[in-house]
Amino acid sequence: MSITIKYFASLREQMGTAEQTLSVKGVATVADIVVKLSDTNLPENTLVAVNQEYATGSTQVKAGDEIAFFPPVTGG
Amino acid sequence: MKNIQLQTRPFDPWNELTKFQQSRFRGKTDIGATAVFVGTMRDFNEGENVQTMHLEHYPGMTEKYLGELVEKAKQDWPLEECLVIHRVGDIQPSEAIVLTAAWSGHRKEALEACRYLIEELKHNAPFWKKETLDSGEARWVEVNTQG
Repeated sequence: MSITIKYFASLREQMGTAEQTLSVKGVATVADIVVKLSDTNLPENTLVAVNQEYATGSTQVKAGDEIAFFPPVTGG
Repeated sequence: MKNIQLQTRPFDPWNELTKFQQSRFRGKTDIGATAVFVGTMRDFNEGENVQTMHLEHYPGMTEKYLGELVEKAKQDWPLEECLVIHRVGDIQPSEAIVLTAAWSGHRKEALEACRYLIEELKHNAPFWKKETLDSGEARWVEVNTQG
C-alpha cells in the first residue's frame, strides 16, 4: 500500500528527486505524510495537490493516491 | 482545434486566433466581442537582463486545472468560447508565453472573462519559470508581478 509523491520546480531541486513512494497504513492526512518525509523541511509557502487537485494539510490520502508538493506558481 | 493547448514550440498568437475562429465559428453571426490577452517574454526581470527562460509544468494537473478554469468562466459569463494557449519548455525573449481569449455577444462579458482567465491562470495554474541571466546564473522566479 503506497502513495506516490511528486515534487516540482525549486522544490524538486531542493529535495533532490522528482518522485518517491511512501508506504501508508490505513488513512492518513497530507500533514501526516509531510511528517514522514525526509529530514528536509518543506518551505512554509509550499502548495500541495492530491490526485491533481489543490489540497490542504487536512486532506485525507489513501494508497494509490498521488500527492504533489510545489512552490508558488509563476506561469503566464 | 482544442481550446486548451500546451506547447513546446513557439506560436503566433494572431495566427492561432484566426485558426481557432475558422475552426469553431464558421457561419456564426452572433459574436459581437472578442477579448484577447497575450503575454510575451521580457528580456529583463527584477533589475537583471534575462537571456532565456524555462517553463516547467505538472503534466496532467496543469491541463486539468485549465480545463476546469475554462468551464468555470463559461458558467459565470455567457461566452461562445474560450481559448487558452501556454508555452512549456525553453522560451526566448519576445516570444509569446500565454494567450487567453474569450468570445461573447457583448464586450463586457468578453473582457471580464478574458481578464479572469489570465489572472486565475497566473495565480493558480501549475507552471514555474526558471530564468537564465546574462551572467549565466539560473534562478527560479519566486513570484509573479501584480496584475
